[in-house]
Amino acid sequence: MAEARIEPDRYELREPPRYRFALSRRQFLGTVGAGVVVLVVARDGLSLGEPEPGEAGMLRAAADPIGAWLHIGEDGAVTVFTGKVEVGQDIRTSLTQAVAEELDVPPASITLIMGDTDRVPYDAGTFGSRSTPQMGTQLRRAAAAARATLIRLAAERWEVDDVAQLALAAGRVVHRVSGRSAGIGELTGGRKLVEAITADQPLEPATRWTVAGTPLPKVKGPAIVTGRHRYTSDLRLPGMLVGKVLRPPSFGARLASLDTSAAEAMEGVVAVRDGEFAGVAAPDEATATRALAALRAQWEAASSQASHRSVFEHLRRTASSPANGRGRPAARGDIEAGLAVADERLEASYTAAYIAHVPLEPRAALAQWEGGKLTVWTGTQRPFAVRAELARAFRIGEERVRVIVPDTGSAYGGKHTGEAALEAARLAKAAQRPVRLVWTREEEFTWAYFRPAGVVDVRSGVRRDGRLTAWDFHNYNSGSAGSRTPYEVANARMLFHRADSPLRQGSYRALAATFNNFARETHMDELAARLGMDPLAFRLKNMRDERLRAVLEAAAERFGWSRWQPGPGCGIGLACGVEKGGYVATCAEVAVDRASGQVRVLRIVEAFECGAIVNPDGLRNQVEGAIIMGLGGALWEAVEFEDGRILNPRLSQYRVPRFTDVPPIDVVLLDRKDLPSAGAGETPIIAVAPAIGNAIFRAAGVRLRSLPLVPYGLRAAGHL
Amino acid sequence: MAPLLELHVNGRLHRVQADPAKSLLAVLREDLDLTGAKYGCGEGQCGACTVLVDGRAVRSCITPVGSIGARPVLTIEGLADGDALHPLQQAFLDEGAMQCGYCTPGMIMAALDLLGRTSSPAEDEVRRALEGNVCRCGTYARIVRAVLRAAGTTTEASNG
Repeated sequence: MAEARIEPDRYELREPPRYRFALSRRQFLGTVGAGVVVLVVARDGLSLGEPEPGEAGMLRAAADPIGAWLHIGEDGAVTVFTGKVEVGQDIRTSLTQAVAEELDVPPASITLIMGDTDRVPYDAGTFGSRSTPQMGTQLRRAAAAARATLIRLAAERWEVDDVAQLALAAGRVVHRVSGRSAGIGELTGGRKLVEAITADQPLEPATRWTVAGTPLPKVKGPAIVTGRHRYTSDLRLPGMLVGKVLRPPSFGARLASLDTSAAEAMEGVVAVRDGEFAGVAAPDEATATRALAALRAQWEAASSQASHRSVFEHLRRTASSPANGRGRPAARGDIEAGLAVADERLEASYTAAYIAHVPLEPRAALAQWEGGKLTVWTGTQRPFAVRAELARAFRIGEERVRVIVPDTGSAYGGKHTGEAALEAARLAKAAQRPVRLVWTREEEFTWAYFRPAGVVDVRSGVRRDGRLTAWDFHNYNSGSAGSRTPYEVANARMLFHRADSPLRQGSYRALAATFNNFARETHMDELAARLGMDPLAFRLKNMRDERLRAVLEAAAERFGWSRWQPGPGCGIGLACGVEKGGYVATCAEVAVDRASGQVRVLRIVEAFECGAIVNPDGLRNQVEGAIIMGLGGALWEAVEFEDGRILNPRLSQYRVPRFTDVPPIDVVLLDRKDLPSAGAGETPIIAVAPAIGNAIFRAAGVRLRSLPLVPYGLRAAGHL
Repeated sequence: MAPLLELHVNGRLHRVQADPAKSLLAVLREDLDLTGAKYGCGEGQCGACTVLVDGRAVRSCITPVGSIGARPVLTIEGLADGDALHPLQQAFLDEGAMQCGYCTPGMIMAALDLLGRTSSPAEDEVRRALEGNVCRCGTYARIVRAVLRAAGTTTEASNG
């Protein structure tokens, strides 16, 4: 099937599209009134998705280099325009906070226009934990430049030579000597002052932050608790129809024939067939459901496909020759020589099942054609990429497509693509009416994409004193993120092998780092057990990275690792890792009931460090959320499939963490005000599974090497 | 032609032309444009569609509108008194008990049902009462704290 091919761009989305039809400066300036405008020129390519050397030249030259813009109106209102989107990670709040800090205005006076391709500069997307380090920094610079402009305007107006006498506070510029003051909107006097800045504008150091670094309540919180906020699936337009898509009975099945006459005989129903696409639009949900059922389709099934039982063998069999990302093997020293000098050698294989994102708001879109221009509201992490998809699909210019992303009911890496947008737009085109389309949960579990399944093989060698001598790490299919070991070892190799994935796969919170850290940290635990060493001491012995040591020691200390007294059936485990600029260590305690085989997580302590903290409460919320999401993937979550069908496409069949599954969680945040802020939406998930797996080993003497660890308890897997 | 039903929602009487088998959720969202209750799973497993019928939480996605009769329906939109938030709504804000917020209306309505039965629930009771509501972002601990905080507020208000 076409969709089943490996989609490398979704392992690590780095490449910007080749063409860019971004809103030009002139167009943008036409949309805002008088006041101060600051354009951030992303000269360093930060907003463009960090193209690799050698690929970048042409792409960068073709790109509009504006990263964000900021406008201060004559009423003092601050409006920020950014291509980032809000999917629950609370970036709307932390970006607001960053601007409030630099500009010294109350957060309430700031509005963020996010993810509207007609109003914001191009952005590659909201993923990869880049919004805080990159967009946060750009907006700080824009705000700092606006501040300098406002001070200069006040100095001119009041003929003050020494700008040090002028201060900006609470939305006003004040001349300390004369006591004169003016609101920040009053200073431009009806003019529009435009300034373009580059990435070297000086910034307020984190140690002087007063707003950033303290908790700020969620900007859209009041709209959410009252039910007023409209997600994509809540939007409606006059004359709008409800759309539904006819799905094949199995992956890869071809639509041999379709009879739409019964559906089209229903009042107000439009049926569409376009190649392999078939769907209906109807005045309401019930009619759309009936019309869909009335489509008479004949399908040709695809040839036999791998199942969740045979998938790991399938991935090994179809693996390509070694390639790490772009073909550079990550290797140092000589593996065989390292193994030769080892006192203990260990080979082990690890597996991870496909898992689903299960965003509570399924994929949804509302599409409208007006005078040849297409507008689509949809929940996606990549509005500009979805615009490009739509333009390609309908063979129209990107300037005729507008994508708007309402704050969305979560994504976790699962909403990088525009399926629902394309489907709604196709139906709207045929119906000549706006069409809203919301995927069912079953569609979400079947026709979205999954976190890749994978196999990891590790060969290692270690001396009796605990020093690693060799580390050979091969990942099949799931990706290379997080595959580099943070431990000191002279002879090491990390290889990623692409393979044929029977299911459509793509990004997921932290990508492959979760599985690669699971494999590495489980293997490290196995080595420590072989040597009879304490797992904490063994890790520290092989670790030089001070930031990683700091989180590991902080987590162990808070957890009481060295003072722990075993209760009956209880065990503790720990794991650590580095990813996307964040450092994490997790400790877990579990209880195993040998009679039932049930595993219960009793408590989790996690230490996390991502440089200077912008919004401690938002950060804590992200870390806690990642740990809980990590619990599901660690313990139970697995997509089961056979013959091109998903066998458990319902919430009643796919177990996600619920209230009573969640143990007490203690989060230790290390604030490094001397270091730039890194993103935090992903990395806190990566050490959860190995910490739990290692704790199960200590509790029950059973070494689990597959994710999920205990989908049906320990007994079902024959471990007890 | 679908029959005309009378439905009491948020203190108002609505006349809706709807098949009695149509889900309450679909009627609220499509016919009344009350979109606070969300679709999440369609099988009563996630709780995003939770509303109160006669003071008790129901999964509106699997509740036929024809089964409601004259019983009053309360949705998240009917909870605040003008601009004054209900203590539960305020507590969710104060505890930062949300990320994407898609589950929040259902959580608040399920908690309202609990507080209607038990004015000062223990932490464990809150967890068990909300077990049928999924927060995929994982803000469970904060939601529990918010409900406990609101229970405290409610108690203080009624005592004082």
